[in-house]
Amino acid sequence: MKKLLVALIFSLAFSHAYAVEPSEILDDPVLEARAREVSKELRCVVCQNQSIDSSNADLARDMRVLVRERLLAGDSNQQVLDYMVSRYGDFVLLNPPFKTSTYALWIGPGVIVGLGIFAVAAYYRARSKLENTANLQSPTGPAALSDDEQKRLNKIMENDAV
Amino acid sequence: MKRLMYLLPLAGFLVIAVYFAIGLTLDPKKLPSVLIDQEVPEFSLVAIKGSDKGFSNADLIGHVSVVNIFGSWCYACLAEHPILMRIKEQNLVPIYGIDWNEKNRDDGPRWLKKQGNPYTLIGDDPNSKAAIAFGVTGAPETFFVDKRGFIRYKHTGPITISIWKQTLYPLVEELRKQ
Repeated sequence: MKKLLVALIFSLAFSHAYAVEPSEILDDPVLEARAREVSKELRCVVCQNQSIDSSNADLARDMRVLVRERLLAGDSNQQVLDYMVSRYGDFVLLNPPFKTSTYALWIGPGVIVGLGIFAVAAYYRARSKLENTANLQSPTGPAALSDDEQKRLNKIMENDAV
Repeated sequence: MKRLMYLLPLAGFLVIAVYFAIGLTLDPKKLPSVLIDQEVPEFSLVAIKGSDKGFSNADLIGHVSVVNIFGSWCYACLAEHPILMRIKEQNLVPIYGIDWNEKNRDDGPRWLKKQGNPYTLIGDDPNSKAAIAFGVTGAPETFFVDKRGFIRYKHTGPITISIWKQTLYPLVEELRKQ
């Protein structure tokens, strides 16, 4: 059990292993930090659900190297991302941009939650209305019995008493 | 009103079903290329070993051409290779090759010697420079370029005879007319 726990802790601790190889790392720590930042935003187009920072695919490695070359050449982080988008489209960004084609993606969940809240509120409002009319203890009280109803009630009570 | 409420789960199911019907039948490997109707990216590749002429974007100006990304490591490329050879033998359209991601500089030339060489020019792309410029995600990918040097179509995956006859060759003839 203890061994299992240790194994689990280790596997979790290293699950965020990075694919960056020593030969790729830039000498300038500031530039390297920026390269890592950019790499985490870029999708590995071969493996699709990993960033190029954590993917071991050949193409991801070549993209990491290209990111570093562009930063070395003086590009800003945004310029590097823009270059990749110009080659692969928005798909290459792990964080999709907010624009016409992605409105449904960004706003959709909010709309669905809103509809849900509305539906729940409508349900409770309808139910409390129903209770109000049915509940004898309600402040307004039930409507008074008509003469016919009173006669029928009296009859029932008499029959019961017998 | 109340009866309509009973239909809500069904309506919800239908919406989800439609989303799944579309979403699950899309091929996640097939990505729309953002390069369609754009100029061929700038690149300049050295020749593969044993050849003396490299391949750059300037070579694509002035005639309709096909750019094929391949590698000796790529099994799907082997599958489409006989078709590329036939295109060359029948002189249908010049095919330019980008030899992508070879581990060893000898691998590409050896593979071509064995399988035959359908390419007019070949560039060596060991660091994916041109591949990334073309937005390539895997091999083979084939781009169709018009006379002005603009990319007009991208085919992902191996070319089959039926795709060539039904879609790709008519496209080449159409581009020639323009």
